[in-house]
Amino acid sequence: MAFPHRPDAPELPDFSMLKRLARDQLIYLLEQQHEVDKLYKVENKPALSSSEQLCFLVRPRIKNMRYIASLVNADKVAGRTRKYKVIFSPQKFYACEMVLEEEGIYGDVSCDEWAFSLLPLDVDLLSMELPEFFRDYFLEGDQRWINTVAQALHLLSTLYGPFPNCYGIGRCAKMAYELWRKLEEEEDGETKGRRPEIGHIFLLDRDVDFVTALCSQVVYEGLVDDTFRIKCGSVDFGPEVTSSDKSLKVLLNAEDKVFHEIRNEHFSNVFGFLSQKARNLQAQYDRRRGMDIKQMKNFVSQELKGLKQEHRLLSLHIGACESIMKKKTKQDFQELIKTEHALLEGFNIRESTSYIEEHIDRQVSPIESLRLMCLLSITENGLIPKDYRSLKTQYLQSYGPEHLLTFSNLRRAGLLTEQGPGDTLTAVESKVSKLVTDKAAGKITDAFSSLAKRSNFRAISKKLNLVCGTGMVRGVGGFIPLWSTFLGGNVLERRSWQGLDEVVRLLNCGDFAFTDMTKEDKASSESLRLILVVFLGGCTFSEISALRFLGREKGKREFIFLTTAVTNSARLMEAMSEVKA
Amino acid sequence: MDCYTANWNPLGDSAFYRKYELYSMDWDLKEELRDCLVAAAPYGGPIALLRNPWRKEKAASVRPVLDIYSASGMPLASLLWKSGPVVSLGWSAEEELLCVQEDGAVLVYGLHGDFRRHFSMGNEVLQNRVLDARIFHTEFGSGVAILTGAHRFTLSANVGDLKLRRMPEVPGLQSAPSCWTALCQDRVAHILLAVGPDLYLLDHAACSTVTPPGLAPGVSSFLQMAVSFTYRHLALFTDTGYIWMGTASLKEKLCEFNCNIRAAPKQMVWCSRPRSKERAVVVAWERRLMVVGDAPESIQFVLDEDSYLVPELDGVRIFSRSTHEFLHEVPAASEEIFKIASMAPGALLLEAQKEYEKESQKADEYLREIQELGQLTQAVQQCIEAAGHEHQPDMQKSLLRAASFGKCFLDRFPPDSFVRMCQDLRVLNAVRDYHIGIPLTYSQYKQLTIQVLLDRLVLRRLYPLAIQICEYLRLPEVQGVSRILAHWACYKVQQKDVSDEDVARAINQKLGDTPGVSYSDIAARAYGCGRTELAIKLLEYEPRSGEQVPLLLKMKRSKLALSKAIESGDTDLVFTVLLHLKNELNRGDFFMTLRNQPMALSLYRQFCKHQELETLKDLYNQDDNHQELGSFHIRASYAAEERIEGRVAALQTAADAFYKAKNEFAAKATEDQMRLLRLQRRLEDELGGQFLDLSLHDTVTTLILGGHNKRAEQLARDFRIPDKRLWWLKLTALADLEDWEELEKFSKSKKSPIGYLPFVEICIKQHNKYEAKKYASRVGPEQKVKALLLVGDVAQAADVAIEHRNEAELSLVLSHCTGATDGATADKIQRARAQAQKK
Repeated sequence: MAFPHRPDAPELPDFSMLKRLARDQLIYLLEQQHEVDKLYKVENKPALSSSEQLCFLVRPRIKNMRYIASLVNADKVAGRTRKYKVIFSPQKFYACEMVLEEEGIYGDVSCDEWAFSLLPLDVDLLSMELPEFFRDYFLEGDQRWINTVAQALHLLSTLYGPFPNCYGIGRCAKMAYELWRKLEEEEDGETKGRRPEIGHIFLLDRDVDFVTALCSQVVYEGLVDDTFRIKCGSVDFGPEVTSSDKSLKVLLNAEDKVFHEIRNEHFSNVFGFLSQKARNLQAQYDRRRGMDIKQMKNFVSQELKGLKQEHRLLSLHIGACESIMKKKTKQDFQELIKTEHALLEGFNIRESTSYIEEHIDRQVSPIESLRLMCLLSITENGLIPKDYRSLKTQYLQSYGPEHLLTFSNLRRAGLLTEQGPGDTLTAVESKVSKLVTDKAAGKITDAFSSLAKRSNFRAISKKLNLVCGTGMVRGVGGFIPLWSTFLGGNVLERRSWQGLDEVVRLLNCGDFAFTDMTKEDKASSESLRLILVVFLGGCTFSEISALRFLGREKGKREFIFLTTAVTNSARLMEAMSEVKA
Repeated sequence: MDCYTANWNPLGDSAFYRKYELYSMDWDLKEELRDCLVAAAPYGGPIALLRNPWRKEKAASVRPVLDIYSASGMPLASLLWKSGPVVSLGWSAEEELLCVQEDGAVLVYGLHGDFRRHFSMGNEVLQNRVLDARIFHTEFGSGVAILTGAHRFTLSANVGDLKLRRMPEVPGLQSAPSCWTALCQDRVAHILLAVGPDLYLLDHAACSTVTPPGLAPGVSSFLQMAVSFTYRHLALFTDTGYIWMGTASLKEKLCEFNCNIRAAPKQMVWCSRPRSKERAVVVAWERRLMVVGDAPESIQFVLDEDSYLVPELDGVRIFSRSTHEFLHEVPAASEEIFKIASMAPGALLLEAQKEYEKESQKADEYLREIQELGQLTQAVQQCIEAAGHEHQPDMQKSLLRAASFGKCFLDRFPPDSFVRMCQDLRVLNAVRDYHIGIPLTYSQYKQLTIQVLLDRLVLRRLYPLAIQICEYLRLPEVQGVSRILAHWACYKVQQKDVSDEDVARAINQKLGDTPGVSYSDIAARAYGCGRTELAIKLLEYEPRSGEQVPLLLKMKRSKLALSKAIESGDTDLVFTVLLHLKNELNRGDFFMTLRNQPMALSLYRQFCKHQELETLKDLYNQDDNHQELGSFHIRASYAAEERIEGRVAALQTAADAFYKAKNEFAAKATEDQMRLLRLQRRLEDELGGQFLDLSLHDTVTTLILGGHNKRAEQLARDFRIPDKRLWWLKLTALADLEDWEELEKFSKSKKSPIGYLPFVEICIKQHNKYEAKKYASRVGPEQKVKALLLVGDVAQAADVAIEHRNEAELSLVLSHCTGATDGATADKIQRARAQAQKK
């Protein structure tokens, strides 16, 4: 069903079960207990409801608690008494209760939990819809969501059987994995004896590979996300796309046949594909000429509806393409892609730097400028001090002084850093090349301790052949996502990180790369062809699409994805930005 | 065997009563029972004796001694009574000994003489003293009823959840009632008392006079009353030696009996069996025991010794100094089988089996006889049932053997009843053993359930036996073995003479990773006994960190709790500990603790960021984290402060912090911002409009747009805006104003640092081709083609491209050649290309 053109693909697990579970639970919480009659969005304004009880369905955030507290206290001042119920999703945090207590309304509200952590966005994509995971963990060092991830994994393993092979890279991945294991041990026996449906699971930290996420996306789905922002698997196409005066909300998933065929395509191919499709469609419409009555009846009753539907979708996507094109040409997309590619390949650094500077000076877009700066920093192992200072100064002058805090955030997250004296690029590269040739790598670990916290992008890229010219359209602007190389077979076939030792070390993940196999091989060959990839901190549509391609290319493999949220470069940058409240 | 029914005594026509010995008592009593306060728990429970209860002398030698024995007379505990005078003893349903003192205090002791707790029956009782007290059992638990010196009753229906009820006054009651008892009907406790010829029933609201129906006349006083085990029946003994038996509701008379003994009996208890129609009461005097029921004759026994009666569910236990006996109605199944000349199927089957063992052909005859009547199934069932009611293992065995023999001739007889009976009997025989001393009958055992029996074994610290039983019955580990091991461990930690290490090791050795065992519960017990170190050691074995933390907090090991919580990965747990620590430690220590725990620190910071900004500042201060402190003040400058002075001050503090953090860049940037803010304020004052909070770039742009070019240039100089930016800025602003004249002037002011292509681009963007063309000519050679294309001069662009001999440029131009107008140009390019290729 997922990929009709691939008869050899293993069957995907049925995620609709998750939806049913969550729905039933919510219905129970809302109707059985509270008789909800009207829904409001939680916003920072007073709720104008006259009903006797208010029920809040919220994420466990302190901000939300204060909002609720203000409402309740306002009611108190006005002398109203109502019942209040707070339903936390996916779980309740003690800190939230603390806030309720400090605000003096703990006794007035009752709390409940809606353990809804996995939203199936598509047949192969589950999202936890926790965009705050990225900032909370990778910037603030707050580990509260890791438990949530572990619980989600636990839920998956109770529904779809245990995972016989586990791999992970990154500190967070390791923690999540360990917590998950603990959960499994505590509830021993439930998953035991079940046949695994999914053979492998990979846990990946976002900070292991920022580069891919920071690059412009070039596959259709990624571009739609970058341009229109896909929210929970659906997108609002504005009037410029629908070519009418109304906006239209469109669900983007495998059900949309047109979208399904172009989502993973490089943007330059999409137009050609769409026009071909249009011609086919026309041809099908044309068939009705020369039909007799019976055939016509058949056509109208059976095919016409599908064709019309397809027609509608087709015109939508063509509209979207046009809109993307318009925006991209306005921003000089070619120039941008060229710069990105230069950064990835490491040539014309000066030119790229001045491109970025111009970008800032012209106030093109604060988020884009920031993204380019980060990309430069990561690929170059930090900016040289002069550039670091001047770019930042320019940025502050252009976009406002409060971004001083943004810079401090980016520095903490390792996204925008300054080269220390001594570790200029050449120095690193010489050390790395030595390492790569030297088999007794252990001896040189000392040399690398000085480089801790550096991303060493260039060395990894060289080692893994990540940059592969324009011929490779599968990646992100001529760059293969790091994950693809990990998942491309090396680790899966050897069932360990062996052979990637140096890379892992260069990623500063030496202690956090792990594998765990169960000895007994109960897993069927069918399940071993299914690989669940868990992104901690979010993943982009380009990465998903690259892995989908990989699964197809390697044949008979299917990747399914679980991410804390679908992200893109803009979302990452926004998460790091400090804007005036 | 021949006289198996020798100890059967008929009462009337239909029932037999038998009395057999359970144990010969081994307790070596020095006193007579009559000199002691006696309490024996039902269900074969323990016996408590308080010696010398009434002596008031202070001398230690004659102080009361409280002894607790098992039903077989094995001593369980002995302690010197040091509290006040005791009026009454009784056992609760949990086998706790309740000792009611004269002052209304009730002291609760465990089976092993360990003091548990005490409670008071209220002030009224304290003032008027306790005259008499009864412990009774209800469906909620155990109750205490007290008769005070003022002849008022106070009761509590459940001592586990103490609610005192003072019963209404009995009108005109001047002296103590001749006898009284607590009744339990419809889940409410009542008191029934007799004063002279009158009976009164006290409930919560009122006192009512009651009359038993069919009571013989001439009664001037009731000497004794007895309520049955289930509170269903009541017996009254009058001063005329007349016994009235009826329902406890006093609505129906069952039977009556005149024994002609006018002396008050020492004890009177009901002896009946559940689901049996026979009702009988056992009355005991000094030397005489009488069983009376619905029959003209009674059964009489002589008592050699001072004896004590314990009512049970299905009979009466009678113990004295030397023996412990059980008196009950012979169950129907046994009666059928053993009655002399019985032809019941069970009896025949037993006979058949005996003959079979003798290898006599009679076996076949008997068997045939049963089979012909089609009663074999019934026969087997009878034998199984009768086996359950037998006390002697030999007899159990022969009955079971008969059942098993009969089973062979049945096609489809479900085996469970037989198997279960074998198992039950094995368990019963084990606990009836002299050393264990719980003489349960089969009916009692079924009523009690195996779970309670196990609890009682645990209570007696008979852990090995309990475990054996669990294993034998294959009970699930969590309810069975693990639970018992956990109890054992909880007992073990109380052994103060063993070192912490040894106890912890012993416990871990036995318990290992048994599922369902909670080390934290055991540790909690250890802590309860004041063995904190042991508790910590035990907690080490607890696999769930979440379980360790609360106890560690309770033991005030907050720091250890913190690291355990962090280990657990449960942020909620960490947070709990943090708040605990925050209240427990002073601020400095608290921060120091946080400093060593980065995970906790970041969690707390997150919380502070939203809830306690001041604390956040203190945290940074404590750590000398000037960088973050700077950031903190920057944030404050635009989030918390309203007035410009306040904002500048906040920025100043931030800048100072940045200097301390050696972050010159940030410090300088902050200072610039201060300057900018002040300037913006001035601009607003002087020029009006909105300047505050604009970025530098936007400030300058706004100035230009407002026509304040001088000011703009001044600002640019003051803040050292780089030329490139300034040119971009001016270019954009002037184009927005469509001030083409000024733009041209500006373009000629000096050589453009950004080239002239942007000029062309921006003019085109504003749809001014005319202006664009002016600048196109000035664009540098490398961008000329692009510029020319922008202004739409394809032909010239082609010329330039050909001149440059640049392939990329050529194709670019070519792609712009559209329609017929550019046909010539396109040809030209193609030719140039061809030429270039030739070369």
